[in-house]
Amino acid sequence: MLQAPGRIMREHFGIKTSGEQYVIALAGNPNVGKSTVFNTLTGLHQHTGNWPGKTVDNAQGKYSYKDKSFLLVDLPGTYSLLAHTVEEEIARDFICFGQPDATIVVLDATSLERNLNLAMQVMEITSNVIICVNLIDEARKKKLKIDFKELEKELGVPIIPTAARNGEGLKELQKAVYTMAVEKVIASPKQVVYSEEVEKAIKILMPKVEALGLARIVNPKWLALRLLDSDVSFIKTISRYATTQTQQMVAHKEQGREFTL
Amino acid sequence: MTTLNNKMDPLMKIHSETEHIRLASGTPIADRVVSDIFSYTEKIVQKVVIREVSGQKSWKDKIDQIVISRVFGYPLMLLLLGAVFWITIAGANIPSQMIAAVLFAFQDILTHWFEVVQAPAWLHGVLVLGMYRTLAWVIAVMLPPMAIFFPLFTILEDLGYLPRVAFNLDNMFKKAKACGKQCLTMCMGFGCNAAGVVSTRIIDSPRERLIAILTNNFVPCNGRFPTLIAIASIFMASSLVFSQSLQAAGIITLIVLLGVAVTFVVSWILSSTILKGEPSSFVLELPPYRKPKFGAVLYRSIIDRTLFVLRRAIVIAAPAGAITWIMANVYIGDLSVIAYIAGALNPLAKAIGLDGFILMAFILGLPANEIVVPILLMSYLATGQLTEFGSLLELKEILIANGWTWLTAFNTMLFALLHWPCATTLLSMYKETGSKKWTFVGFIIPTVIAFAVCFIVAQTVYFFGLA
Repeated sequence: MLQAPGRIMREHFGIKTSGEQYVIALAGNPNVGKSTVFNTLTGLHQHTGNWPGKTVDNAQGKYSYKDKSFLLVDLPGTYSLLAHTVEEEIARDFICFGQPDATIVVLDATSLERNLNLAMQVMEITSNVIICVNLIDEARKKKLKIDFKELEKELGVPIIPTAARNGEGLKELQKAVYTMAVEKVIASPKQVVYSEEVEKAIKILMPKVEALGLARIVNPKWLALRLLDSDVSFIKTISRYATTQTQQMVAHKEQGREFTL
Repeated sequence: MTTLNNKMDPLMKIHSETEHIRLASGTPIADRVVSDIFSYTEKIVQKVVIREVSGQKSWKDKIDQIVISRVFGYPLMLLLLGAVFWITIAGANIPSQMIAAVLFAFQDILTHWFEVVQAPAWLHGVLVLGMYRTLAWVIAVMLPPMAIFFPLFTILEDLGYLPRVAFNLDNMFKKAKACGKQCLTMCMGFGCNAAGVVSTRIIDSPRERLIAILTNNFVPCNGRFPTLIAIASIFMASSLVFSQSLQAAGIITLIVLLGVAVTFVVSWILSSTILKGEPSSFVLELPPYRKPKFGAVLYRSIIDRTLFVLRRAIVIAAPAGAITWIMANVYIGDLSVIAYIAGALNPLAKAIGLDGFILMAFILGLPANEIVVPILLMSYLATGQLTEFGSLLELKEILIANGWTWLTAFNTMLFALLHWPCATTLLSMYKETGSKKWTFVGFIIPTVIAFAVCFIVAQTVYFFGLA
């Protein structure tokens, strides 16, 4: 019953899984080598098209690891998820409602500061986040030293350094995905601490938002933030989603009643 | 079913309840959320990243601290803009006169040839006095400023300065309730308004996009810059006195700033009236400063821009020159056709500080703004007695002989900045909006503003008897 709504939402995004297949979303800023990661992992097992109803490219690809099948969904490259563009809206809606078993966020090691912005936003939506710090070969060239252990502690999610061009670190990435998606070892991502005024506003809103009982669909704090910055399109989307889910549950119950009768 | 409907209401209810929190805070919450995330990640990065070579990075940061600082950002922009114009005007004078001397000497040779083969006078008139002379003026007046201005502009572009300009102006666009990306489309408009209109595709909100399309015309394009520079350098800096070229540069800077100001005001008015809404924010990536590649700058500015504009000007100016000459020499009763039209336009034109010829030149310049000045000069030269001239210095005398004052020059520049978009831009507007109505709005807004601003300036000056 928990699975059903997710499945339906995935189909809404044009994602069809076959049998026991884990859905992995791939997010990242533009020009961070996201496509390289995607291509190296999936090889020729790709399917490209458009996101339903949008003129934005959608690429999906399969790969297997330890006899499990994974469907990798390449999200549009975005700097943020605050949905000012169609691309951001697609990425955000998929991470939020597509219920991927894990979301990989690809970062550019040479400009972590800007890239982490997206990562923090993804971590506000979902706990199933793996961060792939790509282009470490370029960072080495630029004499940048990154303390990955410390970064992992700061963010609370698995950090995998990679140089996708040379295939470096991709086995570790697959392993991390397996651990999270299959073995259900869930991370506990640290959350952004906002300035006092924003945090105060969130605190005021939280009881009202939690009372809605949407926690299973969306992180209440994230929802509170969207209410605060008046993201009307998102609020409408979540209302719509909540409605369809309730409908399904009602349908489910009615079915159950029929069976008992 | 009632439960389903109720599910929607609470969310929107909470949303409307948050309104007072939004109103209570000074900066929009959405902006604060973004800046909070950035300061949070900045702290993390400081902890986990060690830069072994820190020199280069801090060098770039130091420049950025000045270039996009609240204090120095705007003055620096003004200074650079002014400097570019000054170099252009001061530098264009001598080559302009040299080119003029050569081309007009050749006109005498051409005339001599026509005499040798005993060509009819009208043929000599159409081809030499009409077409050739217009072409000579286009090249002499427009080529040198363009050949200086475009490389300078390209250097700024290649240095990575333009995205910083966008960064500086973002706040202003926010205040005008428009998208910060409009700054980029505006910069594109400096190259070509038609291209600027097409480039608004980068703006996602249809509302903000329409605002960007409708206001793009208020920055002077490649075609109108030479008009502005030509008038400024002919009328205000025709002698080689340093202070005069400085003054001309100042006036052009002022004109451009006015165009930007009008962009803001019109954007604001549009978004408070027929295109209501809140601005959306966006992430702007500031590229690293790069050393411009000499060859690329030269190629792009000379081939792509200067020669492109010049070619367009020539293609349109040649027939326009011929037509202007014919119009100037075909008489209806006592008046030539050109004098007839100019006479009809004169009362309206005078009210806005221009004269009938100038207004006619702008109307005939609809296909391309590049030919406004050539048509203007042609119509003065073809009708007036002053047909012999040797240098740019004498151009000023021609203009003065035709009743120009500083007000005429200033208002001509204002009109050039604000008037209706060229045919290509209008066509692009139609293609982008797919609506005749919005294209018409895009035509009528600048037209009304141009007439209104020029009228107010002219009447104020007349009233105080300043010109």
